[in-house]
Amino acid sequence: MALTGVEIFKLLPKTNCKKCGFPTCLAFAMKLAQRQASLDACPDVSEEAKQKLGEASAPPVRPVTLGIGEKAVKMGEETVLFRHDKKFVNPCVFALAIRDTLGDDEIKNRVDTVLHSEIDRVGQKLKVDALALIHESNDPVRFGSVAGMVAGMAPEVPVIFCTSDPQAAEAAGKIYSDKKPVIYGANSGNLEAMAAVAKTNKTILGVAAKGLEELAALTEKTKSLGIEDMVIDSGARTAKEILEHNTLIRRAAIKKNYKPLGYPIITFAYRDDSLAEALIAGIGVAKYSSIVVLNSIEQWKNLVLFTLRQNIYTDPQVPMQVEQKVYKIGEPTAESPLLITTNFSLTYFIVSGEVENSRVPTYLAVMDCEGLSVLTAWAAGKFTASKIAQFIKESGADSLVSHRELIIPGYVAILSGALEDKLDGWKVTVGPREANGIPAFMKTRMS
Amino acid sequence: MTFTPSKETYTGKVYPVSVGTAPHEVVFGGENILPFHTFEGSSPNRPLIAHEIQDVPPYDWPEYLQKPFQDVSNDPVSWAKFCQETLGAGAIALRLIGTHPDRENRSPEDAAKTVKEVLSSITIPCIILGSNHTEKDSAVLIAAAEAAKDRNCILGKAQEANYKTIAAAAMANNHKLIAMSELDINLSKQLNILLTQMGFDKERIITDPMSSALGYGLEYTYSVMERIRLAALTQNDATMQQPILADVGLYVWKVKETQASENDVPQWGSLEERGIAWEAMTATAFLLSGAGFLIMRHPKAIEAVGKIIDELI
Repeated sequence: MALTGVEIFKLLPKTNCKKCGFPTCLAFAMKLAQRQASLDACPDVSEEAKQKLGEASAPPVRPVTLGIGEKAVKMGEETVLFRHDKKFVNPCVFALAIRDTLGDDEIKNRVDTVLHSEIDRVGQKLKVDALALIHESNDPVRFGSVAGMVAGMAPEVPVIFCTSDPQAAEAAGKIYSDKKPVIYGANSGNLEAMAAVAKTNKTILGVAAKGLEELAALTEKTKSLGIEDMVIDSGARTAKEILEHNTLIRRAAIKKNYKPLGYPIITFAYRDDSLAEALIAGIGVAKYSSIVVLNSIEQWKNLVLFTLRQNIYTDPQVPMQVEQKVYKIGEPTAESPLLITTNFSLTYFIVSGEVENSRVPTYLAVMDCEGLSVLTAWAAGKFTASKIAQFIKESGADSLVSHRELIIPGYVAILSGALEDKLDGWKVTVGPREANGIPAFMKTRMS
Repeated sequence: MTFTPSKETYTGKVYPVSVGTAPHEVVFGGENILPFHTFEGSSPNRPLIAHEIQDVPPYDWPEYLQKPFQDVSNDPVSWAKFCQETLGAGAIALRLIGTHPDRENRSPEDAAKTVKEVLSSITIPCIILGSNHTEKDSAVLIAAAEAAKDRNCILGKAQEANYKTIAAAAMANNHKLIAMSELDINLSKQLNILLTQMGFDKERIITDPMSSALGYGLEYTYSVMERIRLAALTQNDATMQQPILADVGLYVWKVKETQASENDVPQWGSLEERGIAWEAMTATAFLLSGAGFLIMRHPKAIEAVGKIIDELI
């Protein structure tokens, strides 16, 4: 169970030295209890206290890093059940399943699609993160040779080896020792042997059970064998089971600090129908899976899944921003209207959507106001006449249009006079207050 | 440390809402749990998906979305029948988009006529939506509500600027009402309170916290829905216990990802599959965050989401 702030305080040096960045040891202890500080910040803590606190202050979902180097992906470390409470920390890993019964060419093709899966979306590079090699051939030698082939083709891509045969696990694991793959396939029947393979090759161990109770017992046993880095599978395969098991796992970890289930979850989303598989994967993304294994990764499906993952893992406390620039909507010409708004992403999405609805080709100048909406940005002094004037000149908006008319949001009508003073020769027109007034506004202008 | 699952008991409950008339009446809502948490409570009714149709041909929809309806979408009556008979729709959402002053600017009388004709050709429940022009909707929805009297439809959407007239029309003609506010749990709560203060039964309201499309603010809608559901269930907040609507199609089918051809953005893959998946994924996310009632457009997306619901309940 988690320690309270006072219990933690008793273990601290009580010197109030402030080296941790907090005014007192008690304040630091409170932050530790809320998991908003790390014990490492205290330089004077005793070894004994470290040990006692280590267990209690460890994150409720153990951090586990899959792979090494640039393409390594962090998992776990989650602290909440609902994204509005606090940012979900480490985005779920997507892995493509590759069966060792496939021909070598087909295997190469599938590895290749993963290598080329990267898509850029609102400034983030998103991709299928990992490969899951599935041992279906019953031949450990074949599994090992496929592992070798994949290691040759995509040496940096993290891998999950799915086999319950310790011999096959060893054949693949030894090729990837020191590369931190997952060896997934420890179960009640083979735990000791699989744990030995994982230990020798320093891999993460995937633990598979039928149900949560068995899963908790298995992870305890695994831990007693000296393995800390695990990913867990409760056996959930249907949408209902995934939602139920993942919720109960996350709840146990976060609310009860129940260590036996405090590990990243691996979910197999396999469906014959690719759209159905995408939706099951979506449930995994929204509901606490750390790895989702897929049968197919068409480009449309990747875009859908990457976007959902991006949305769900957005920090709810940091306003989403879009890039400051002059956006073209439709195919504007030098005579097209020029509108300005702020770079809060929701403002941008709504305004640009309504401009699109108006079917009038338009230049939409989006000004960096640190992600604030129009009224908030104005109140915070970030959307002022002089800053707007400066932006219009520096962004080159004034060279895109031949006219000299700037349309500002109705909420900042008050700026129009000052803005005309700052922007010599420009006429400032006050647009509608709400974005949904834009189509009508544009239509009136046209007629 | 043996494992005992930590089950929640919720103090509140979502109101069940019925739509349509016997024997084709449908009920949604009524659960006393977070979405699909059937391991700790009950969820007696399945989420309802309504097929969207419009009073005028959907020329602004992407071509591959128009195609499934190409033989019927010239006429709302044929379109409604097609949804009921061929697609097996559970409900129809008739959007009177043609009444918008910037579109065909159809009159309230024309809209009422369409409503009457559509209702007389179908037996499944009907949702009647304005064009989201707050002034025009007042007039249009009054006429539509009268034309649909006693058919137990859902009328929408009442917003802060026009809720009084629309709510009065819904009340006078025995309809349910969609109350829409813009992505803010407090505004949503406030509108529900305003409606109940004018005598509108709170159990006849459906909350629309404003939908959005995947990639375009989905996370805001998602979190507002989750917070509304948590307030309803864990705090037993009687002003937040209405079922939630996700008006999915309206937002999904205008974003770039459902419009841009594979030639323009080859890295995005097949346009048709992408668009269908966009709608289905947006809908699935909102089911998980609390929506009990969805309005959607593409038959294949609706079918896929229906199957996911089968798996979740």
